[in-house]
Formats: sequence, structure tokens, C-alpha cells
Amino acid sequence: MRAAFLTVILVVLCGAAQAGTQRLVLHWLPQAQFAGVLMAEEKGFYARRGVDLSIVPGGPDVNVSRHLAEGRAEFATMFLSTALERRASGMDLVHIGQIVHQSALMLVARKDSGIRALNDLQGRRVGMWGPDFQIQPRALFKRLGIEVEVVEQAPSMDLFMRGGLDAVSAMWYNEYHTLMSYGLDEKDMTAFFFRDLDLNFPEDGLYCLRATYERDPAAARAVAQATLEGWAYVFAHPEEALDLVIRRMKEHKVRANRAHQRWMLARMQDIILAGGAPRLNLDRPDFEAATAALVEQGFISDPPGYADFVMEPGP
Amino acid sequence: MRRMAIATRLSLLILACVTAIVVLVAGYAFESSRRTMVDMARENGALLAQSTAGRISAQLQATAKVTETVAATLEDADMRESDLRDLTRRILFSNPGIFGSAIAFEPHAFQAGRRFFAPFSFRQDSHVTSTTLGGADYNYFAMDWYQLAKELNQPIWTEPYFDEGGGRALMVTYSAPFARVTPRGLQLTGVVTADVNLDWLQRMIASIRVSDNGHVFLLSRYGAYIAHPDAGLIMNETIFTHAEELHHPSLRDLGTEMVSGRSGFIEFADFPGVGAAYVSFRPLPDEHWSLGVVLPKDELLAGVNRLTRVMAGIGLAGFAVLAGVVLLVSGSITRPLRILTSAAAGIAGGDLEQPMPFIAPGDEVGDLAASFERMRESLKKHIANLTETTAAKERIESELRIAHDIQMGILPKTFPPFPDRTELDVFASILPAREVGGDLYDFFFVDEHRFCFLVGDVSGKGVPAAFFMAVTKTLIKAVAEREPDPGRILARVNDELAADNDSCMFVTLFLAILDTRTGRLGYGNAGHPSPLLLRAGLPPERIAGMEEPMAGAMPDIDYSTGTLDLLPGDALFLSTDGVSEAMNPDLELYSDDRLLETVAGQARAGARDLVLAVSASVTAWAGDAEQSDDITMLAVRYLGPGPGRPSPS
Repeated sequence: MRAAFLTVILVVLCGAAQAGTQRLVLHWLPQAQFAGVLMAEEKGFYARRGVDLSIVPGGPDVNVSRHLAEGRAEFATMFLSTALERRASGMDLVHIGQIVHQSALMLVARKDSGIRALNDLQGRRVGMWGPDFQIQPRALFKRLGIEVEVVEQAPSMDLFMRGGLDAVSAMWYNEYHTLMSYGLDEKDMTAFFFRDLDLNFPEDGLYCLRATYERDPAAARAVAQATLEGWAYVFAHPEEALDLVIRRMKEHKVRANRAHQRWMLARMQDIILAGGAPRLNLDRPDFEAATAALVEQGFISDPPGYADFVMEPGP
Repeated sequence: MRRMAIATRLSLLILACVTAIVVLVAGYAFESSRRTMVDMARENGALLAQSTAGRISAQLQATAKVTETVAATLEDADMRESDLRDLTRRILFSNPGIFGSAIAFEPHAFQAGRRFFAPFSFRQDSHVTSTTLGGADYNYFAMDWYQLAKELNQPIWTEPYFDEGGGRALMVTYSAPFARVTPRGLQLTGVVTADVNLDWLQRMIASIRVSDNGHVFLLSRYGAYIAHPDAGLIMNETIFTHAEELHHPSLRDLGTEMVSGRSGFIEFADFPGVGAAYVSFRPLPDEHWSLGVVLPKDELLAGVNRLTRVMAGIGLAGFAVLAGVVLLVSGSITRPLRILTSAAAGIAGGDLEQPMPFIAPGDEVGDLAASFERMRESLKKHIANLTETTAAKERIESELRIAHDIQMGILPKTFPPFPDRTELDVFASILPAREVGGDLYDFFFVDEHRFCFLVGDVSGKGVPAAFFMAVTKTLIKAVAEREPDPGRILARVNDELAADNDSCMFVTLFLAILDTRTGRLGYGNAGHPSPLLLRAGLPPERIAGMEEPMAGAMPDIDYSTGTLDLLPGDALFLSTDGVSEAMNPDLELYSDDRLLETVAGQARAGARDLVLAVSASVTAWAGDAEQSDDITMLAVRYLGPGPGRPSPS
């Protein structure tokens, strides 16, 4: 009885919270990867659409799906593969807008370690981050029939740099440049891009729980539209965007390196535009290829239907 | 173009040499001091880098040693949870340089069922706080401080990092793995860590003075700035991203050198924030860090530059003094020369009265002055002589001119001479040469009907010839009035002239007397060119020559008389050899043939036109050539006995 009463109170409080400020949790620390979101907030693109949105920065220890599940945020950025897996594991997530259309995930090895082709990875120590980032590499190794020794990879590239790993996972826009900032030249490295290996999973997208969406579809659409407008503004004003990103990073006491953020912003532009204009729709063939790969590799067994998973982002 | 004065040239030459020497000396001094300074900078930079690196390493190695000792202790000790916590606290109590210490265990290694176990003590405010690390939100197995020591299985220094909880302090962690003997053999059991706050290191590096604008910086293993005067760079930038932002490839090259653990000394044209600089760098081998010392070139070379400036100043002042002295000396050497020059210019301008200025004898200039004075005096004397001589000459020339005028005056010049006589048409001309000559012509009626005319040429030139000519003319006129026969006239004149002719002068003469009633012409010729006879319808021809001697040379010569009947319209053309021997500028003679041709062209012209036509032809032939002899012509046309005028031609 008392528990039931508390539940009612909680629901009322949550409802009150949702009517006021809503929260968008990012799946990593503030950086140029989220320049569009930061810019949309800075320029009031969310507010102009009637959404009072605050940005919750992520980090190594922030699990965005848990944030959604526990009601600590209404919206989240996530990789498509991560979202599909969460959905398959029972969380009722819906897709409300796709930002990145090309996968930036890659494996990097040092040329002087003798790794020139994928098959050279056989039996090597390969660094991988948490499960979300292991889907593509594991699918790849399974497909190629390669056995590697998986080592959980720290956020830094230190172990790789000191020779403790033969290959590391890297995001093209982030860690790849970190390696360059440690003095490695691109010509010193062998790079394998998953987007070129039939594992082009569209990455950063906007998600929320179905309940959140159904309560206020307009708000969800507004968040997606404002984010897209933020990115369009960023691409038109890259230096202003860099200034904003660096400012936000310093506010959150994150190491801020302008050269690094400049590189990241340029690569984000590459993978967001993917040769076209900024858009929010998730291409059905990409979606189906990703689900098929996930099913085939045994990560999920019961993929959601496109229409059931992808909410119309609106005009 | 006028050359420069000797004094100026001398001064310029000396000053140029002195300047070259001064510049060479100053340049050498600058270059060699610069080299010395750079060598010293290289040494000092290396020493500074070495001592600083030594101090840092000493501090960090103390921490490393403590950590390794604790790790060794843990290899066989079997401690309880509280013992381990106390151990971490004791590490902090006895090592003020260590900020925090953890003993982290492998999953389930401390106690089955405990995936995470890591007692951790750290300084908070002024006391030590203890806690336990590990959990879903803090997976230390994937943290560098744990993973690096474990995976590399050796003690390591992590990359420096900003401590999130400890007031943004820059930290670095030393991690040492420890192992224990288990039933499965020696197994890695955990990692002991010691965190070191790098504030002291940054303070120490910031306190190092490298001249005014120089600095020391410290790079991590991957080139991240650990210490740098620009705090914004620390841990935000690596030297490589710094170089990338600044588009500074040589900074990147320096980074490559430094992180590869080499020592060196590199010159930079433009080091960020400093400008031209030398960078001395050396590694901290245990930490794989690298320390750089930036020595600004301008400050390094300030002393050398000052010295060079002073030297240049002294050189300049010396140059000015030397320039003054050289100008003075060379001026005093050449002053007598200048005086002499202006005096000589006076002489050149004709002023010989001004005596040469006195210049002390004894040197070249003195001798020159004396010579000039002698020259002036002899010039003066010479010019006095010359003036006298010239005056005399001018007087003689003036008299000669008068004599010549008189001589010409005695020849008849009025044409037509006898306007009332219709039987004759007479014209004569004489073009005197510049020098007084002895040509003569004359014509007159000896009685009512007989007309005498003659042309002659006295040998030689000058006053004697003029006199002789005047005498001859007067004689002929006197004789002709009393003697009708031309041959005898010539003989008489010859005798008169030959008498007392000590100077052996002579004259050629052609003399004729025409009876205007009959047209009969009697003539005599004393060595003169025969006249041309122009008869109507016939080409001109010379009258048959009577080769008889010229008059005046010897007495008692018989001259014969030739006769000729002129028809009305016939004409005679008499001339001296000045006509046929007139020369053009190429020294070619006018010649008889040309004369005949010219005369033939004027066969029916009046006497005046005939003479003028020949005269024009000869003048045209001679052109600019100087006339060397008188040119005398006389034409007589017989018009018939009765009244009448010459038919127009």
C-alpha cells in the first residue's frame, strides 16, 4: 500500500519533470562529436521549438540507456547497434533521428608491428572498448574466421603506444588523431575502417523510450530537428563551433585541444554528410543491413521492424 | 666627365681601405664571439637541462623505489583488509611527496566473490582519507594505472593526468605489479600505485630563469606538455598538436626528436612565443619524458650585439676623425697645385702679366711652379716679338693691296669702252689671283680707225711683276701711238724692257691692231698663247702660231707681224694661261679642249657674253680650289666698217 503510494508520487514527480525541463544525455564527454547538439542549445534552437532541453554530458562511466531507463534523461544519443541491442534485450527504445550515416569505427595497428592486412591480426592482442564497440569487430572476426586476444581497452591509447596491444579500436574522428598527436604519422599506421568492410553501421542517432515519444511526439521531433539545425549551423561556422566546443570542454574540465577538435569536427562533417545534405532519416537498407548483421552474428535474435523502431522524424 | 679632385680621390681611397679593414675586424670579432656565445649556450643549456632532469628524476625515483618496495612486501605477505588500508596510509605518512596510494587486486584475487578490491588513501586538505576503489562506475581494470602495469607486467609511470577529485592537480602515477605463488603458479595478483602531485615540478620549472624570455618545458612520453610557461598548453596540447595548430613543421620535428629519447641542440628561426632561439633538450630516461630549454637568440647574443654596436660606434667615430685628417692633409698637399692650376688657367686665358704665385721650392710642385714662371716669361717675350713682326707684315700686306688696286686700276674697266663706235664689240675681264700677279690687257684706238688691243702675262708674281706689267702697259701705249706695225711695236717694247732689266723679268704678249675700215688685222706675238679666231659658221681655231720669244728677256729681237682679214661678225678671243691651266680640286687642268668647246658654244654671242660664259665655265670647273694665277680674257668682235650693232645671238 505504502509502496503503491510512493510509486504514484514518483510518477507524478517524473511527469512534472517531463513537462518542464527535459534532458538529452550524450554518449560521451563533450567534444566536437556533439558540436551540433551544443550549438543547438547555445543558439536556442531547442527553446525556439518549445523544448526546454538541458544537455547531460556522458563519459566513460555513463551508460545512456540506463539513464533513459531510470528516468535520469528523456533523450539520448546512441549508436544504432547499441540501440538495437538494448531494444532486443527488452528496452522499448525508439529512433527519433539519425545524425551520423557512416561508421567511424576502425581498427588501427602500427605498420612496424607487421600488420598490413586483416589476416595479420590472427592471434594478436586487440584492444576493444565496452560491448557497444565490440559488435562490429567481433562480427568481422567471426566472418573472417580470425581468432584474436581481446583486451579491454582503456580510454587512453597508452597501452597500444607502449606496445602492450597490437591493434586498437579507434574512432576516426577521435583516437586516430590522438595517435597522430602522439607523433605517429598516418603513413606509420595501418587502418581498417568498418564502413569499408560491409559493416557500415550508422552511428550517432537520437533515441528515447517509446513512452516518452508517445507522450509528446512533437517534442521528440523538435529535439531531432533542432539538433539537425545545430549541425547545419556548425558546418557553416566551423571556427565558432570550435570555440564553443572548447569552451564547453573546459567547463567540464575535459582536456581541450583545438587541433584535435578541429580534426574531429572535419571528420564529423565527413560522416554526417556522407556526401549529401544533413538529414535525419535512417535509411531502411542501412537499418536492415545492421539488423541482419547483428542477427547473423548472434548478438540479437528478434530484430524490431523498421516501422516499429523508427519514428518519423517529421518534415 | 671631369674626374674627381686628387684630394677627394686620395681621401676616398684611404677611407675605403680603412672601412674595409674595420668591417673585417668587426665582422670577425662578431662572428667569433657569436660562436663562443652559442657554444656556451649549448653547454649551459645542456647543463641546465641535465641538472633539472636530475632533480626531477631524483624526486620521482624516490617514489618509484617506495612503491616497488611495497610491491615486494606484498608478494608474500598475507594481509587483512585493514592491514592493507593501514599500509596505504603509512606510505603517505612517511612520504610527503606521495599524494595518494592504492593497492588494487585482480578480480577475486583478494577474496573470492570480490571482483573489485582496491584500498586507496589520499591527502585531503591536511589529513589522509581512505576509501576503496572499484565498482560498476569505476572499472579500474581498464584504467591505465592498473592496466599498463598489469599488461606490461612491469612498473610504469602513467601519462600525467588531471586529477578529477583532487582540485585539478596535475598528477602522475607510478604503478608496480605484484605477484603471488598460487596453486596455478606465480600469478599477477595486483598493482601498487603511488600518485605524485606535479605542482612542485611545475613550480620548480617555472622558477628556472633562462634569461628574460627563455623558458624550460617538459614533455611527456607522447609529447604532451607537462610543464610550460603557457598554462593553457599543459596537458591540453602535445607538441605535435601544437605544431599542427601553428603550422610549424620544425616544432613537430623537435617533438619527434624529443619523444624518441634523444639529446640535442637545435637552432630555431621562429620558436613559438620566443622567436629566434636555440633549444637544448635531453630525456628523463626512467619516465620517458623529455626536458627542453629554450634560449632566445637575441638575449643570448645581446652582449655580442652590444659589443658589435660599440665597436661599430668607435669605428664610425674613428672614421670621422680619419676622414677629417685625410681631407686636411690631402688638401694641404694639393693646395699649391690648385694655386698653380688657377695661375696656369690665367696664362691659358692670355694673362701673361700676372706673375706666378710664390711656391716654396724644394719639391715637385715648387719645381713645376718655377718652370711655369720661366715659361710665362719666355711666352711674354715671344709674344712681344710676334706683335712687332705681325705689325710689319700687316703694313706690307696693306701696301701690297694698295699696289694691286693701283695695278688693276690702270686696266680699262668701262664697258662698252667706246659707245659711239659701231665697228667693234669689246669686252675684257681679269680675275686676279689672291697673290699679286702680272697679267695685263689693254685696248685703245691709236688713230681714228685703227684699234689696238693686247693681252700679256708677266713672268713671276708679286710687286716686281706688277711693276713690270705697269711698265709694259705704259710702254706699249706710248710706242703703239707712234708705230703702226705690231711686230715693230713688240720689238721696240722688248728693247725698252730689256734695257736695265737686271732681274731678268719678261712678259709674253699678244698685240694686234685692227683696221676698222677694212677688217684687216695685224698682229705680233711674243711667246703668248695664240688667240682663238671665231669665224661665222666655223669652229673656233687658234691663229697660226708665230713662235717668237717673250719680251724683256734680251734686246734686239725682231718680231714679225702676221695679218688676217676679219669679216664682219668674226671675233677673236684672247686669254692668258690662267684659263687653260685653271685647276679643279682634283688638280686637273681646265685645258685647251674644254676652252675650245666652251667658246664654240658661244660662237655668235656678244663679246661680253662670250667672256662671261668662259669665266663661268672656268669658275665652275675650279670649284673650291684656290685660284693660283690671274685669269685674263679679252674678246673683240669685228662688226664691220659701217654703222651697226652686233646681231643678237
